[in-house]
Amino acid sequence: MRIALALLAMALGLSLGGAASAADDGAALPVKHVQWSFEGPLGTYDRGALQRGFKVYKEVCSACHSLNLVAFHDLAAPGGPGFTEAQAKAIAAGYKIPAEPNDKGELFDANGNRLTRPGILADRLPPPFPNEEAARTANSGALPPDLSLIEKARVGGPDYVYSILTGFSHKPPTGFKVQDGKYYNPYFAGRNISMPPPLMAGSVSYTDGTKSSVAQEARDVVTFLAWASEPKLEERHRIGFEVMAFLVLLAGLLFLTYRKVWKDKH
Amino acid sequence: MAGHSTYVPATGFTRWLDKRLPILRLTHDTMTTYPTPRNLNIWYTFGGILTFCLGVQIVTGIVLAMHYVPNADLAFNSVEGRIMREVNYGWLIRYVHANGASMFFLAVYIHMARGLYYGSYKVPREVIWILGVLLYLLMMATAFFGYVLPWGQMSFWGATVITSLFSALDQVIPHLGTAITTWLWGGFAVGDATLNRFFSLHYLLPFVIAGVIGLHIWALHVPGNNNPLGIDVKGPQDTVPFHPYYTVKDAFYLSLFVILFAGFVFFAPDFFGNPDNSTQANPLVTPTDIVPEWYLLPFYAMLRSVPQKLIGVLVLAGALVTLFFVPWLDTSKVRSCRFRPLMKQCFWLFVLDCLMLGYAGSQSTDAALNFGSMQLPLVWLARVGTAYYFGYFWVLMPLIGLIEKPKTLPESIAKSVLGAKGERT
Repeated sequence: MRIALALLAMALGLSLGGAASAADDGAALPVKHVQWSFEGPLGTYDRGALQRGFKVYKEVCSACHSLNLVAFHDLAAPGGPGFTEAQAKAIAAGYKIPAEPNDKGELFDANGNRLTRPGILADRLPPPFPNEEAARTANSGALPPDLSLIEKARVGGPDYVYSILTGFSHKPPTGFKVQDGKYYNPYFAGRNISMPPPLMAGSVSYTDGTKSSVAQEARDVVTFLAWASEPKLEERHRIGFEVMAFLVLLAGLLFLTYRKVWKDKH
Repeated sequence: MAGHSTYVPATGFTRWLDKRLPILRLTHDTMTTYPTPRNLNIWYTFGGILTFCLGVQIVTGIVLAMHYVPNADLAFNSVEGRIMREVNYGWLIRYVHANGASMFFLAVYIHMARGLYYGSYKVPREVIWILGVLLYLLMMATAFFGYVLPWGQMSFWGATVITSLFSALDQVIPHLGTAITTWLWGGFAVGDATLNRFFSLHYLLPFVIAGVIGLHIWALHVPGNNNPLGIDVKGPQDTVPFHPYYTVKDAFYLSLFVILFAGFVFFAPDFFGNPDNSTQANPLVTPTDIVPEWYLLPFYAMLRSVPQKLIGVLVLAGALVTLFFVPWLDTSKVRSCRFRPLMKQCFWLFVLDCLMLGYAGSQSTDAALNFGSMQLPLVWLARVGTAYYFGYFWVLMPLIGLIEKPKTLPESIAKSVLGAKGERT
């Protein structure tokens, strides 16, 4: 046992480091930690941030990034951005969706253009490019990832996405070669990112009087994308508390029963 | 324990049924009057907890299969787009199922460690242990198939790495390994055919597990439970009927386990997950680090600690096959480590060894521990860990049983529990 304890103490006392040294220019910086309203067991989404974040996604990100798993009705769903159904319908109607075949079976008009129709609540947000090849062609070979699950698909989650979005202000260290057509971002692995700085102060004009700084826009869109990744978070937290309360009560009663049953047997 | 039945049918119908299908007699004898040592502690509640875990996985799994689409183009979105977003409480069912797998393994590791510590594999319980090892292997296969189904990056690449292990056989008989992997995949790479067969097997194996659990419990009920003292039951004063004593004890500890389970499901559902699995499988993009789920990490570390692939695979297989021989590797007459001072230390070192191997398996292959200016590559830690794993079973177990002087065993379970008033029941 003493040997075991000594080993454990040793293991705890050790610092872990990768073989790669910190001097390597390509290694990404640790992410910035931000306080998010949706963190912790009681976390909920900031409704205002969700609505502003949707505006940022719609007016900035959606030029290149799809959000394939989010439907217009989600925008009015409980635990989401809190748009009314009428607002969500109006938002959907503002999008052109590739139409189903018309009654003559046509998908294209006389000029060869794809027929479209206004979006409805049941539609998902349409992608900016029809396919991967088109997306790569428009982005000098890089593929802008779908953002539906981006905050679950990256180590660091919301903090990582926030760090990337606000990480363009850093100047590359002297001697660091930024590749042609790429941008320097120290939070990105390899530090060469294909995405140009997406956010600028005033990129979007908020209707609720919030000042649209880069940090504010980043916070808002990160909140929106956190919701896109985990749209049932508020329901999960609420049900979780009810379940826990029930289980603790049940465990308490079972404990008393256990004590009573075993009273004479110990 | 196998003995005469004390079941007395109370009504006309049950008397009639008992002559034709004595199923109520069976439940009465195995779940009500079954004499159980009165000194079983918390570590003996994990058998019940494991049965609960299997039930949860089967029920949630059947519901998930109603909404899941086993197709390489549609699988990811059927999970992330449909089950997680559109199916009523689909997120809850999926999170219970995904975390349920981790909870299942957590429970099975505790259950196995308990068996090792108290010598529950020793005469006359060898078959119970062997069936248990079989269950563990079936669980690993089921979990592996299940992890592939969401068709994320780690699903795809995990499946590729594990199935490719068979290609090491090429080094024994040229082309044999490649032929086997092609046969397993149903093609020349992990793809739609692989996904479909894994789905089929993932649905099948839990029912095989349920069947083997039946045998495991049947085999248990012949000699009866071992206990923390590791001494035989000598008479009725040493036991209590299973119901209500152990039904209520199991229920209480199960409720604590479920609290932990629910904590993960509701407040940290992605705790055991890998971020790469939130990206759809892409055969053209290999993730930076391919890591299996946590419960397979110690074996993954053993595999990677050997530079030669075939030998690595043999070490991995050997680590699992070794478990079948445990009843005959341990030469001690005493079951419980409570009375085996030397074995007790080796056991806890073994537990630490498994944790260390798990840690080594979770890190990238070139990771190292820094001691000031000195570096200890984790692969060397994994090598030491692998050596201890095999040494524990093949050297320490046989050897310590011969040289160790065990402490004096108590006279009986009842005396040990009740002290001087020993014979009171």
